[in-house]
Amino acid sequence: MGTTDDLAIEASGLAKSYKDVRVLSGVDLRVPAGTVFALLGPNGAGKTTTVRILATLVAADAGAARVAGYDVRRDRSRVRRKISLTGQFAALDEMQTGTENLRMMGRLSGLSRAEARPRARELLEQFDLTKAADRRVATYSGGMRRRLDIAASLVARPSVIFLDEPSTGLDPHSRLAMWQVIEGLAESGVTIFLTTQYLEEAERLADRIAVLDAGRIIAEGTSAELKRKVAAQRLDITGASRAAFDQLVRHFGDNAVHTDDGNLTLGVPTEGDAAEVRALLDAADPGRDLIADFTVHGATLDDVFLTLTGHIKETSHV
Amino acid sequence: MSDALIMAGRSLRLSTRSPEALLTALMLPVMLMVVFVYLFGGAVDIGTTYVDYVAPGVLLLCAVTGASTTAVTVCQDMAGGIIDRFRSLDVSGTAVLAGHVTASLLRNFVSTLLVIAVAFGIGFRPHSSVGDFAAAIGILLLFVAATSWFAAAFGLGVRAPEAANSAMFFLMFFSYASSAFVPVRTMPTWLRGFASHQPATPITETIRGLLLGHPAPLPLGSALAWCIGIGVVSMGLAAVLFRRRTA
Repeated sequence: MGTTDDLAIEASGLAKSYKDVRVLSGVDLRVPAGTVFALLGPNGAGKTTTVRILATLVAADAGAARVAGYDVRRDRSRVRRKISLTGQFAALDEMQTGTENLRMMGRLSGLSRAEARPRARELLEQFDLTKAADRRVATYSGGMRRRLDIAASLVARPSVIFLDEPSTGLDPHSRLAMWQVIEGLAESGVTIFLTTQYLEEAERLADRIAVLDAGRIIAEGTSAELKRKVAAQRLDITGASRAAFDQLVRHFGDNAVHTDDGNLTLGVPTEGDAAEVRALLDAADPGRDLIADFTVHGATLDDVFLTLTGHIKETSHV
Repeated sequence: MSDALIMAGRSLRLSTRSPEALLTALMLPVMLMVVFVYLFGGAVDIGTTYVDYVAPGVLLLCAVTGASTTAVTVCQDMAGGIIDRFRSLDVSGTAVLAGHVTASLLRNFVSTLLVIAVAFGIGFRPHSSVGDFAAAIGILLLFVAATSWFAAAFGLGVRAPEAANSAMFFLMFFSYASSAFVPVRTMPTWLRGFASHQPATPITETIRGLLLGHPAPLPLGSALAWCIGIGVVSMGLAAVLFRRRTA
């Protein structure tokens, strides 16, 4: 058996344009079976298009992809039997109940009436929706809807699960619940491919992360590996006054990976050893009156993102 | 095939859950029948009982309004996320659309029976054999199927459900400008050519002839040709539009 058998998703050179707009320009991906993979990127990076190509809903203009062992173009039906897709918009009938939605999806994925019934019950239980089972989906909260949507995608026991921005638009409580759902799925041994704009989400859920920017993968690895691509540590300095802060900003210039005007704080990369930190502080503040405070901590994925893309991702704190 | 039946079941269930749609499907035909017979009927003198003349026309108009809701339901499916779920479950576009059309047929079968019952209540007396009666219903349902496919294609061609709703007005125009409510000979000369040669007239005349026991020749061939033609062209158009929408 070759190495490709161990990959749940393998894509090379995926390209896609809509009219004159190039959405993807050569995306390569390799996702080992049974792992959680996050495609991280800002709005408009091409995440949804990538997912739709891998889930056979859209044909790529160029490149090839195999999912669950089958070519997404030639063996579309076989791929579809192995995967599920949950998009950003709930794929449910508002005017049917939770149970009815799940039974319908079960029947459409080839279960008999008698098989679909207990499967629906089982999934409602698993996703903590038993109480709402016989209510119309229109009455569900955003978090319940998202859970039912994922439940519906699991009816046929897919081995590769695509989740397109699973926590976008959810309140913090529902987001946490969603993360637990995804962690539960990961433990069951399926392959999960999720997209997210949230660094924290990717870091918490994914074994490996690929950073997608403007239709290209600009980095790939574990969150630790990605962080190592920039300096291991970050030195955050707080100015003693507005004037001092402005002087510090001028001193560090492009070396600052972030600046926060409100708190008079800026961050610069460092290896984190005492000698280097001391040298950085002395160089920035020879008169020892500009810096009120400093902290040194491990780099976050935000630092990675900034370093890799050269632009600040629209801040989206989880 | 079985996917199409599951989709039809879904579509029927959804239509029972939406009170406005149910009202449109069941009450509108009855109201139209009453409006035509009692409000307009007194002013129309065509030599026979007007209720006998107009009942087949109202049946056609009901078929048109009923079938046109298919445009809205298809459009809603395409606009929401659910079409992606169906496709990722490997449900074909044909099954999704055929489900909507099948549900439309069943809905219209029920409303047709209701309209006939109401027509009976207000004096409609058909003079036909059981076979002719069944044939009239058969042609009406064939017309519903063709119109539903047309509406499905219409729903795929527009982006917003509100726009899909206009399929109804487009189709209703054809029923009004035909022999459904008044004989073509009473229309202005410039309209007669159009009214006699557009599909609603031969279809109404055939249904009316079968129900009232008119002597042959009925424009049966022309009615069948229109129904099958509209159906086949619309199916082809729907297939092309579905592929384009999901490319």
